[in-house]
Amino acid sequence: MLTPGAVGGSSNSDPFPSGLRVLVVDDDPTCLMILERMLKTCLYRVTKCNRAEIALSLLRKNKNGFDIVISDVHMPDMNGFKLLEHVGLEMDLPVIMMSADDSKSVVLKGVTHGAVDYLIKPVRIEALKNIWQHVVRKKQNVSEHSGSVEETGGDRQQQRDDDDDDGGDNNNSSSGNNEGNLRKRKEEEQGGDDKEDTSSLKKPRVVWSVELHQQFVAAVNHLGVDKAVPKKILEMMNVQGLTRENVASHLQKYRIYLKRLGGVSQHQGNINHSFMTGQDPSYGPLNGFDLQGLATAGQLQAQSLAQLQAVGLGQSSSPLIKPGITSVDQRSFFTFQNSKSRFGDGHGPMMMNGGNKQTSLLHGVPTGHMRLQQQQMAGMRVAGPSMQQQQQSMLSRRSVPETRSSRVLPGATHSAFNNSFPLASAPGMMSVSDTKGVNEFCNPSYDILNNFPQQQHHNNNNSVNEWDLRNVGMVFNSHQDNTTSAAFSTSEAYSSSSTHKRKREAELVVEHGQNQQQPQSRSVNPMNQIYMNDGGSVRMKTETVTCPPQATTMFHEQYSNQDDLLSALLKQEGLLDTEFDFEGYSFDNILV
Amino acid sequence: MQRQVALIKQSLFDQGYLDEQFIELEELQDDANPNFVEEVATLYFKDSARLISNIEQALERGSFDFNRLDNYMHQFKGSSTSIGASKVKTECTMFREYCRVGNAEGFLTIPYLRRVQMFEDFQATEERARNVEKEA
Repeated sequence: MLTPGAVGGSSNSDPFPSGLRVLVVDDDPTCLMILERMLKTCLYRVTKCNRAEIALSLLRKNKNGFDIVISDVHMPDMNGFKLLEHVGLEMDLPVIMMSADDSKSVVLKGVTHGAVDYLIKPVRIEALKNIWQHVVRKKQNVSEHSGSVEETGGDRQQQRDDDDDDGGDNNNSSSGNNEGNLRKRKEEEQGGDDKEDTSSLKKPRVVWSVELHQQFVAAVNHLGVDKAVPKKILEMMNVQGLTRENVASHLQKYRIYLKRLGGVSQHQGNINHSFMTGQDPSYGPLNGFDLQGLATAGQLQAQSLAQLQAVGLGQSSSPLIKPGITSVDQRSFFTFQNSKSRFGDGHGPMMMNGGNKQTSLLHGVPTGHMRLQQQQMAGMRVAGPSMQQQQQSMLSRRSVPETRSSRVLPGATHSAFNNSFPLASAPGMMSVSDTKGVNEFCNPSYDILNNFPQQQHHNNNNSVNEWDLRNVGMVFNSHQDNTTSAAFSTSEAYSSSSTHKRKREAELVVEHGQNQQQPQSRSVNPMNQIYMNDGGSVRMKTETVTCPPQATTMFHEQYSNQDDLLSALLKQEGLLDTEFDFEGYSFDNILV
Repeated sequence: MQRQVALIKQSLFDQGYLDEQFIELEELQDDANPNFVEEVATLYFKDSARLISNIEQALERGSFDFNRLDNYMHQFKGSSTSIGASKVKTECTMFREYCRVGNAEGFLTIPYLRRVQMFEDFQATEERARNVEKEA
């Protein structure tokens, strides 16, 4: 697996294992110096750090900046195990513990906390020579376990050793060329790291409903994206039956998502875009907010939606604008939802990024909405437009599921998309007011959307990329105009306008994404992004649309301008709501 | 001159002040990093002096904060093992043992003093060796 040769797309194309980027953390300066010397002798790239806090911030700043972390157990500012936990969850990097203490209890503690190895001081150079094995192993495990993971890991891997990844991961991870594949794969894998059939919405694992995701994101925001630890998040969320592991993996994905948001590539947008366009033609009926059409679309399995999205995206420009776009959106929405469920937060958000691309697609979408959307999205971020479109599609079907997925996504940069999802769902949900998912979705989506807009527009803050639900929420809240929400509810209306908006949003997101560095530890694989775009963005849009009813605030923002569309949407809403089957969708799709 | 250095160094090994870890460090030194050992040793002395003074302060107080002392000792031990100061390391271990049992007397017993003394001896010897090397 290891191919000492050049790494594919990694930025640090050093032959493996030399060039391995190691971060050493130890409060003992003597030891630190010795380790540095030893590691350099092993031809590794060493970064010294004598405080855990600094180490963490370094890791967060450079998501893909390191391959492995070596940390002392006893440190004055932070317990080594705590750092270990943080790193494992946030960046999923292999961590080696070391200490002069060789008592079994401490060693065991290291193992249980997830350290890949435990070195006893004095550390000998021989022990350091082989630390690369942990990096490789981790990558392998990552790629094996889930697409999303792969992508995440793939990103890292790519950077570090592409060859390894390629071996381990599917094609997606590294190149993202096959965005579609990646997307699918991600969807499947996202499902919860259980390679499950993407199409099947029902997944046995924990489903990150919009609601749940909303809570998650809120908790994360409260704690601070960088500081959020699964344990604390779990506590804050206070959800029965939710385990720390669930939160941890979700968090991981979320971070990845955020990262992707930061680095949303045009690529993804394109994908979504195409997707959207493709869908238009097929969905003609959607234009008129044909719920049924939407429903159908929604029913498409994630996979199909993804495909549709791709198609739609391909055509994007004009078709989107048309009502047909709505259908496209819906589909994408649907797909997105599916994907979303898979990705959970991590990928979901990513998809949103893809959604960004979609926004460009939205161009075609009836400007009416789109403009509004865009405006709204401005605050919301690309997600908005895409969301609209997505919403539309989502409304028809996936409203429910979408929202949920959006929930999941909100975390990541795709949150914009995610938001859209929920929003989209919201519309659908609106009609289904009683749909639990809907309401909840909407809310979450608001946050997400709000986050996006703020982020996007506000400036390429890093926050944009992050799942700043709070911001999003705020943005949306301000817009709580019911009219728009109503309009939003009609996903269809959105879809058309959303296309436009989405495009904007996507663009915005992309910009933001690029500017900001996601806290995510891993670089988002193009695949992830692609995946997101196709599925997420499309979906996201839909969600937002749906949410409006509930979220009102969110949608309002986006669609306020498009009064006409909105009203149309509203009308449709009633129809749409029925189309979306939140119940079924949301849970199934969202795979933690 | 070099022989002097070698002799001094050898005596340190013989007396058990230094162990193979020190040799490892020496092996890390090469043309690209000609003063590695010296740099590390200097750093070690500086850091250890700080630790020892912390320890002394802790001991001066009426009540012994075993946890804190244990922490200091752990740090000191870590440094010492990394540099190969085996005797110091041994003393640290013993000291920590005393901390663990909360044996106040242990702190004041010979092991500690001995360790400090050993450390000082070690330090002095290292200094000498380095000076000799410099002159060489």
